[in-house]
Amino acid sequence: MSPAGSLNVTTPSDRAIAMSRVFDAPRQLVFDAYTKPELLKRWLGVQRGWSLAVCEIDLRVGGAYRYVWRGPNRPDMGMRGVFREVVRPERIVATERFDESWYPGEAESTLSLVEQGGRTTLTLTVRYESQAARDAVLKTPMAEGVGAGFDKLAEMLETLAPRT
Amino acid sequence: MTFAALADPTRRAILTRLASGAASVTELANPFDMSQPAISKHLKVLERAGLISRGREAQRRPRRLEPRPLAEATEWLERYRRFWEGNYQRLDALLDELKAVTKKRGPTKRQEKSR
Repeated sequence: MSPAGSLNVTTPSDRAIAMSRVFDAPRQLVFDAYTKPELLKRWLGVQRGWSLAVCEIDLRVGGAYRYVWRGPNRPDMGMRGVFREVVRPERIVATERFDESWYPGEAESTLSLVEQGGRTTLTLTVRYESQAARDAVLKTPMAEGVGAGFDKLAEMLETLAPRT
Repeated sequence: MTFAALADPTRRAILTRLASGAASVTELANPFDMSQPAISKHLKVLERAGLISRGREAQRRPRRLEPRPLAEATEWLERYRRFWEGNYQRLDALLDELKAVTKKRGPTKRQEKSR
């Protein structure tokens, strides 16, 4: 198991992004933090002046969720989706779509939580409808200004290698 | 196509090798302990993704790195990673808080609202 804290990002295909991360907490807590609005508002996308102003979750198969982020001097940014699979506290499959045109098409995300010795490995895979949709994710105002700023090839390739 | 091409560790190793200069298929096959056809297959994928190109020398046809598409792909991924790293660091802090609350209340009350 990877140490807690290191985020591993891979690209299984051109339209999918997979991430894994270990948390030093039982998975029930991670599941709660991902599914209870009052907890989600504390961490999801709340950076550089943005807040998760609206967060509604109907956590059941066919149930909908709705998030709206509010930022400084920018229009609100909304996202919505429907749950396709809900297995507490280990797996959630949901659709996602941003309100505005910067996100062409729908994506499907699969969250999986595996607990071992009091720690939880989170794996999140997002499959985008198109490569354009995938690329557009970083054009959302929330993710703006998250600079990369490296130029050495070895470093670039390292970002693609699984961290152990 | 770039991301799929970069998903494979052998192909990333080939790119790392090409970063220190152009090389022929034979030169590339040696360190990897792979057959030439196997290496050629990887090279084809990298070429289609625009990550490498072929030199003109008739015999060797050395492959060379095309740094720009690689830089674009990795920059995208690095930004994605930073965005999520920020989220998950905040989540770490929140989980620490929740663990402390759980401990105080005892495990049987864990399912309750956290307020």
